[in-house]
Amino acid sequence: MKKLGKIYLGAVLMFLYVPIFVLIVFSFNETKSRSVFSGFTLDWYRKLIHNDIIISSLINTIIIAVIASIVSTILGTLAAIGINNMRRVPKAMVMNITNMPIINPEIVTGVSLMLLFVFFAARMNLEFGFQTLVIAHITFDVPYVILNIMPKFRQMDPHLYEAAQDLGCGPAKAFFKVVLPEIMPGVVSGFLMAFTYSLDDFVISYFTSGSTSQTLPITIYSMTRRKVSPEINALSAIIFAVVVIILLIKNFVENKQAKKA
Amino acid sequence: MILKRISRYAALIMAAALAASAFSGCGGSADTSADTEEEEKTAEAQTLTVSDPEYYTKFKDAGISINVYNWGEYISTGAEAGTLDVNSEFTKLTGIKVNYTNYATNEELYAKLKGGGASYDVIIPSDYMISKMIKENMVQPLDFENIPNFKYIMDNFRNMAYDPENSYSVPYTWGTVGIIYDKTMIDLPKDEIDWDLLWNKDYSDQILMFDNPRDAFAIAEIMQGYSINTEDSDELADAARKLTEQKNVVQGYVMDEIFDKMGAGDALIAPYYAGDALTILDENEDLGFVIPKSGTNLFIDAMCIPAGAKQKEAAEMYINFMCEPDVAYANIDYICYSTPHQAAYDMLDEDVKNNPVSYPDQDFISEHTTVFVNLSDKANKQMQDLWTEMKSAQAENENTWLVPIFLILCLGVTIFVLIRRQIKKKKDIF
Amino acid sequence: MKKKILAAPYLVWMAVFIVVPLIMVAYFALTDNAGKFTIKNISDVGQYANIFVRSIWLSVIATAICLVVAYPVSFLLSRMEKHKQGTMLMIVMLPMWMNFLLRTYAWMTLLGNNGIINHLLGLIGLGPYKLINTSGAVVLGMVYNYLPFMILPLYSVMEKIDKSVLEAASDLGCSSMNVLFKVIVPLSLPGITSGITMVFVPAISTFIISRMLGGGSNLLIGDLIEMQFLGNSYNPNLGAAISLVLMVIILMIMTIMNQFSPDDQVLM
Repeated sequence: MKKLGKIYLGAVLMFLYVPIFVLIVFSFNETKSRSVFSGFTLDWYRKLIHNDIIISSLINTIIIAVIASIVSTILGTLAAIGINNMRRVPKAMVMNITNMPIINPEIVTGVSLMLLFVFFAARMNLEFGFQTLVIAHITFDVPYVILNIMPKFRQMDPHLYEAAQDLGCGPAKAFFKVVLPEIMPGVVSGFLMAFTYSLDDFVISYFTSGSTSQTLPITIYSMTRRKVSPEINALSAIIFAVVVIILLIKNFVENKQAKKA
Repeated sequence: MILKRISRYAALIMAAALAASAFSGCGGSADTSADTEEEEKTAEAQTLTVSDPEYYTKFKDAGISINVYNWGEYISTGAEAGTLDVNSEFTKLTGIKVNYTNYATNEELYAKLKGGGASYDVIIPSDYMISKMIKENMVQPLDFENIPNFKYIMDNFRNMAYDPENSYSVPYTWGTVGIIYDKTMIDLPKDEIDWDLLWNKDYSDQILMFDNPRDAFAIAEIMQGYSINTEDSDELADAARKLTEQKNVVQGYVMDEIFDKMGAGDALIAPYYAGDALTILDENEDLGFVIPKSGTNLFIDAMCIPAGAKQKEAAEMYINFMCEPDVAYANIDYICYSTPHQAAYDMLDEDVKNNPVSYPDQDFISEHTTVFVNLSDKANKQMQDLWTEMKSAQAENENTWLVPIFLILCLGVTIFVLIRRQIKKKKDIF
Repeated sequence: MKKKILAAPYLVWMAVFIVVPLIMVAYFALTDNAGKFTIKNISDVGQYANIFVRSIWLSVIATAICLVVAYPVSFLLSRMEKHKQGTMLMIVMLPMWMNFLLRTYAWMTLLGNNGIINHLLGLIGLGPYKLINTSGAVVLGMVYNYLPFMILPLYSVMEKIDKSVLEAASDLGCSSMNVLFKVIVPLSLPGITSGITMVFVPAISTFIISRMLGGGSNLLIGDLIEMQFLGNSYNPNLGAAISLVLMVIILMIMTIMNQFSPDDQVLM
C-alpha cells in the first residue's frame, strides 16, 4: 500500500515536471527543433540577454509588481483594521465585495477594468499603459492582502489593545507596539502573495495594457504567437531556476525559525 | 486602376537583367535550390546611410517616444547576424524611443484602436482596413513635407483605391496569398494545386487555416466563384457554409503560429501570405508554395498615423526612416514581402526580382488577383457574425447528448440536496 | 469608533475599481453601440449556446479529473511525517510558480504532430496521433495548470484530520472503504468544494489554453469574450453581455457548491 502511494505520487510529480524539464532541456539545443536534440549550445541565453523587448518588459513587470504590492499592502492593512472594527452587517457586505475579484473570472475583471479605463481615457488624459496596469494590479492584489490579515485579527486577543492603552500607550503607540506585531505575519504573507500574483498575472494585464508598457507575461504571449525562438525555453529555464532558489531560501529560513522556536 | 499600375511595374521586372548573383534569404522559391556556401560568402553586414542626417536631429534631446503597432514578424530586428535592428537604429539616429508592439490581424488592430484606450503613433494596416479607418476618421492626413523619402515609392503604388489622394498612407509592402504545402507528402504537380486542397479529406487534420474572417472568406468565395469583395448576403452565407464544411479537416486556425507549425512539419498544408511563405520555405526545404490559378488576393500594407497620435511629427519621421533605401531594403530582405520602394527593389538580388512568388508577372496579376475593398458596415457585420458562428460550430465527432444529460443531473442533485436540507431543518425545529 | 475610517481609502478604491466597472459591464450589456437601451445583446448570447455548453462540459471534465487525481495526492501528503510534508508540498506546488503561459507552451511542444510524444511513439512504430488542437488537449491543459489549485485546499483540510480519528474508525469495525466514505470524505468536504470552485472558475473562463492547445477550433467562453473586445469581431456590447451571462453561471455554480458545504461559509 505504501509503495503504491509512492508510485502514485511519483507519477503525478512526473506529470507536473516533465513538460518543464523538456522545455529546459531544449533551451540548450543547437537547432530550433523542438523534438530532436542535436547538440549543446548556450546561444539562446546569449540572445535572450540581448533581447531588448524581453529585458524591458521584465523591468516593467518588476516595477509594476513592487509598486502594486506595496500600495495594496498599505491599503489592505488599513482596510483590514477598519473592517475589523465594523459592525456585523457592513462588515459582511464589505467582505463580499472584497471577495468579488477573487471569485469573478479574471477575464471579467479584466474586461470590466478595460471598459472603465476606456471611459476615463475618453474624458481625462489617461493613457493605457503603465498607470492602468498599476491600478489594475492594485485592484486585484488588495483583496488577497485583506484575506491574509483578517484571520490574524480573529486570533488576536481583543483586550490586548485596550490593555496597552490602560498601561498608558497612546492609540498610535498601542497600534504600532501591540497590534502591528500581532498581524505582521499576515501582512508579510499578504504582501508576498500580492507580489507574486502581480508578477504572474496575464489575463488582467492583457486587457488593461496599452501601447507603452508591456509586462513579461504579455511579451511571452506575443512570443508564442509568432515565429517561436528557443529564447523562450531559455527564459523558462531562468524563471524556473529563480523560483527554485527563492523557494529553497524560504524553506531554509523557515526551518531555521522553526528550530529557534 | 491598381492593376494597370502594377502591370506597368511588372514590365520593369521583365526588363531586368537575368544574371543571377548572390542568393538572398527570400529567393527560396520551390524551384530554386539554395547554395548555402555561396550564401555565406555573399552575406555581408548591412550598413545604414541616411539621405539627410540633419532632418533626423530635430527631436534629438527632446526625450520623446513613439508607439509603433505593427504585424508580428514584419520588421528587421537584427535577429540574424549582419542585419539591421531597425528600431534601435532609429533610436540611435534620432533619440526617439520606440515602443514596439504587435498584432496578428487587421481586425485586432481595429479593435484595439476603436476601443480607444491605447494611443499609437504609427500603424500598418492593409488596404481595406485603411479605407475603413479613413471612413471612420481613425487615421489622420500625413504631412508629406516631413516624409521626403516618399519619392522612392513607385508610381504604381501611389494613389491606390483605398486612399485615392494618397494623403493618409505610405505603402510598406505588398504581396499575394497562396498555399504552402509539404512536397514530400502531397504528390501533386504544382499547377494542379488549387484552393480545394484545403478541403481535401485525405489530408484531414493536416490543414491549417487563416484565423481572420476576411482572408478565410476570400478563399471560400474564390472557390464558389464569387468576388472576394462580395456584399451579397446569400453569397456570404454560402462561403460561411463552405468554411464550416472545411472545419472537419482543419487542424487549427492560426496566424503567425504558421511559422512554427509549418516549419516544424506539424501540418502539411496552409494558406498564407507569400512573403512569410518564403521565410518558412527557407527553414524547411520539404515545403513548396503555390499561388492558385483560380485567383487570389493581392494586398498592400501601408503605414498610417492614427487620429489620436500624440507625436505626429516624430511618427512622420519614423515613416520617413522606414522609407530610407537602406532601411527599406533591410526590412524587405528580412521579411521577404514584395516592396513598393523603388530604391530597395533595385538593391535586391536578381533571382529575388525574378522570383514569380514575390514579383509575379503582369498577366498573372491582372488576370488572377484582386485587391480587397472595404465592405459596407452591413456586410462586415454579417461576415463577423458568420465567422464567429463558424468557429463556434460543433465539430462532427462531439457527442451532443453528454452535456444536456449532465446539466439535468446537476439540477437533480441540487434539488435533491435543497429538499433534504429543508426536511432536515424542519426536523431540527421539532 | 474612528478606526473604521482607516478602511475609507480602500472602500473608495473598491467602489471605483470593482463596483463601478461591474456596473459598466452591465450597462454595456444592456445598451447598443449608440447607447440606447436594448436586450438584444443578451438574447444574442443564445446564439452561442454551444460554446457555453462546450466550455461547461470541458471544464467539468477537467475539474473531475483534477479532483480524482488530487484527492489521493493530498491524502498521501497529509499522512506523511510533519517535516516531510512541507518539503513535499513545496515540490508539488513549485510548477505553479512558473508563468502559466510557459507551462501551456511546454505542452504545445510536447503534443505537436512532430512533437516529442509523437516522435517517441514513432521510434516504437506507433502514430503519429493527432494530439494537439483537440478538445482532449484543452482538458489536459486545464488539468495541468489548475491541478495545484485542487491539491492545496484538499491538503489543508486533510492535514487537520487527526490520525487517531481514522484509527478509531477502523477499530470500530469500519472497512477501509467505509473509512474513506464515512470519515475522510465528509471531513474533507469543505476542501472539495473550494477545490472545485478554484479549478472550475478559471477553467471555464480561460482563453489562453484553448487558443494555444485547441487551435482556434475549440472556442470557449473566454475566447468569445476576448474576440469581442480585442479580437476579430469587435463588439464590446455583445462581449459585455457574454461576460454578464458568464458571471451568472458562475454565481449559480457557487450557490450549488455552497449547498454541499456543511456551513454557509464564504468559499476560498
